[in-house]
Amino acid sequence: MSASQVPVGGTGVLEVKNLVKDFTVRSGWKRSKLRAVNEVSFTLEPGKTIALVGESGSGKSTVARMIAQLETPTTGEIHLDGRAIARHGDALARYRHAVQMVFQDPFASLNPYHTVGHHLERPLKIHGVAKGDDLEPAVHALLERVNLTPGEVFAAKRPHEMSGGQRQRVAIARALAPGARFLVADEPVSMLDVSIRLGVLNLLARLQREENLGVLYITHDLATARHFSDEILVMYRGNVVERGPSDEVILNPQHDYTKTLLAAAPEPSRHGKLRDEVRAELAGNA
Amino acid sequence: MTSEAVLTARNVSITYEVNPPVHAVKDVSLTLYRGEILGLAGESGCGKTTLAYGLNRLLKPPAVLRSGEVTFHDESGTDIDVVALSKEALRTFRWDKVSMVFQGAMNSLNPVISIRSQLHDVLITHRPQMRAQERDERAAELLTLVGVDPARLDSFAHELSGGMRQRVMIAMALALHPQVMIMDEPTTALDVVVQRGILREIMRLREQLGFAVIFITHDLPLLLEISDRIAVMLQGEIVELDEAKNIYERPQHPYTQKLLGSFPSLLGERGDFIRTGATS
Amino acid sequence: MAKGALRQLLPSRSGKLTTGLVIVIGITLFAIIAPFFTQNPRSSQNPAMLPPGADHLLGTTSLGYDVFAQLAEGARSSLLVGVTAGAIAIVLSIIFGIVAGYVGGWTDAGLRLVTNIMLVIPAIPLQIVVASYLQKRSLVLVAVILGVLGWAGGAVVLRSMALSLRTRDYVSAAKVAGEKTWRIILVEIMPNLLPLLAAQFLFAVILAILNEAGLSYLGLGPNNSITWGTILNDAQGGSALTRGAWWWFVPPGVLIALFGCGMSLINFAIDEIINPKLRSAPQAAKRVRKAGGDVVVNAEQEPEKVNA
Repeated sequence: MSASQVPVGGTGVLEVKNLVKDFTVRSGWKRSKLRAVNEVSFTLEPGKTIALVGESGSGKSTVARMIAQLETPTTGEIHLDGRAIARHGDALARYRHAVQMVFQDPFASLNPYHTVGHHLERPLKIHGVAKGDDLEPAVHALLERVNLTPGEVFAAKRPHEMSGGQRQRVAIARALAPGARFLVADEPVSMLDVSIRLGVLNLLARLQREENLGVLYITHDLATARHFSDEILVMYRGNVVERGPSDEVILNPQHDYTKTLLAAAPEPSRHGKLRDEVRAELAGNA
Repeated sequence: MTSEAVLTARNVSITYEVNPPVHAVKDVSLTLYRGEILGLAGESGCGKTTLAYGLNRLLKPPAVLRSGEVTFHDESGTDIDVVALSKEALRTFRWDKVSMVFQGAMNSLNPVISIRSQLHDVLITHRPQMRAQERDERAAELLTLVGVDPARLDSFAHELSGGMRQRVMIAMALALHPQVMIMDEPTTALDVVVQRGILREIMRLREQLGFAVIFITHDLPLLLEISDRIAVMLQGEIVELDEAKNIYERPQHPYTQKLLGSFPSLLGERGDFIRTGATS
Repeated sequence: MAKGALRQLLPSRSGKLTTGLVIVIGITLFAIIAPFFTQNPRSSQNPAMLPPGADHLLGTTSLGYDVFAQLAEGARSSLLVGVTAGAIAIVLSIIFGIVAGYVGGWTDAGLRLVTNIMLVIPAIPLQIVVASYLQKRSLVLVAVILGVLGWAGGAVVLRSMALSLRTRDYVSAAKVAGEKTWRIILVEIMPNLLPLLAAQFLFAVILAILNEAGLSYLGLGPNNSITWGTILNDAQGGSALTRGAWWWFVPPGVLIALFGCGMSLINFAIDEIINPKLRSAPQAAKRVRKAGGDVVVNAEQEPEKVNA
């Protein structure tokens, strides 16, 4: 624990109730409505992880953006600690204090123009976690918490001088800076090289444990969803088609779509099987 | 699968002539056998794409093939020294003998020309003696081959889904009966379900048409499922090359072991993946 | 940090940039220094219509003014008009472009309406109308007219850039971090638009100088000021062309053309930063050529299209 940490307060939950998001799609003169998210509800508890699994276009990222207040839900509500969340002013600032987000692409989520130090100073300042002379040590402490040591070296770097994994660690540090209680992680490792994914996920898990964070883990990767979360929600075209404890959903899928997804996921232990299947199929046709 | 080689690369080194020079591929030797799927695995910057481009002489400056031999063993029995090909000969060699499907290739379809004309373009360029009627038939045949309804011939790229566009790109790569297809992350941008369909298609076509595939990806589990052999690349060198089964069951090189350990098993035990974060 | 960031934004040294800078800096120095060493440009004591000579480097006009002195004074005023108008135009296009693109919604609709109106009104006739309506025109007033009427094109470009930048993840991330809108525009978006803004500023300056010359040539320029345009206007009035007094109208014309050319060259150099493809292609080719001596295999030079 560093000096920069505000005490972890509140034992409340982040509750998503019947969230709906419609987008207007224009093609030529026609306007039509596209329902990106349809009646999604769940409750995020401190220390727990919910995985939102689905393919692109399933609406999972839209849910994340609504929780991060980057999109406004068409209908439905988001409650924090039992109260509907505010969309403006100081109350919004307090919400951002509690709920933060890690974006998918660490190459895009850090401003190429600014240093790492700048990216971390701002949230510390905005949320009054540290100021003045305390700022620099707080930045360095944050960097060291995400295993970017020594902090002062990394603070001076700019995004393009770092690898993808290092950038994503900076993005995670930025999300932690305000002292958030809930973290929305939108495909946090899908843009990273495979050999470092596990390291970043383990880092997130460690921070979650230390801070008792509630994490919404958004992914298309069923394997990490299973191992990283307590509960899995499978989304398909805006709807939650299956939900349950993670092992249950993966090992004993009920919905057809979940089964399709599972069958499509690469599984090294099935090596050679696909070839044999195809050959058998062709032999059958011949 | 026969043990007859279709493409051999010997001691290939490729350097990016920047300051300081980057040795992207270091003394790589590789043999591709007729009809096999050879997986080329590695992470970003390991040189796998550069190597593939080098095999096809597609390198653009500042990348330069510094040394090494690339030989293509044609069906007719003649050997072609790819490195020595003239510009004109190279044009016929590519696409005719060795074709390529790029990462995100589905976005390289021309948006203002129908699928039909784009397939025709390939045929007109490389098979000028073909009559329009024949070209039409071939185009329809190609689409059927990759599992796209020939009625889609008159569609434009934006009217097709990402998966269909990638199938069209594969059809274009197949147009001239190549003996080798180099595929660079052909399914990375696609969703798993779509990806699975395309992989199945590639494997089926391979059985039917007998071309060899060099399949480049960072996704080792995927390679393990589809490849006959796998080459693991690290910092410009092939550190391990073996049959898929052996790579999975008895990985020799520490890097291969590390890569395999990076994928938590979907259905099995947790392995290295410890959610409590104790290892980090 | 600022240093590194700045270096990255600076154009790489190239022939274009160097030539452009030499021309522009040369003319600017001429405008600043030369008036101290020339005679009074408004003094008509000299003999009329002298061709260039030792006493009068560029000869004299039909009223006995020294052309070189007028040219120097004109450079000063022309550049002043150009820079002032350029600055006004760039500030307006930032407001109407970046703010509209970033904020969106009704703000965007309103600001875009104004931009579109300004776009469809032909600028030069409007400048003529406004200038002829105002009887007393100071240099600054002309600059303001040119600036206020010359921002719309830039605003359209900036708006589209802002539209694409506002969906960038780092802008969303700044929002989630709790940054205020104005700060996001100034600190997160604007720095990434600096090369574009610089290019637009240069373009606005060229345009203003040209338009000022045009207005002055029509006799609608600033009263009681000497600019390159008013010299041309005087030359026209004094029938310099028919009397063969090339030294009267050629120098201001050449300076206008040279300055425009210099600024454009700098602009092209900046373009190469905005569009890295323009920058890296020739360099990469050069590098390989340099390495070519001992290259075993000549890599394909032509970026041939592969899939056809």
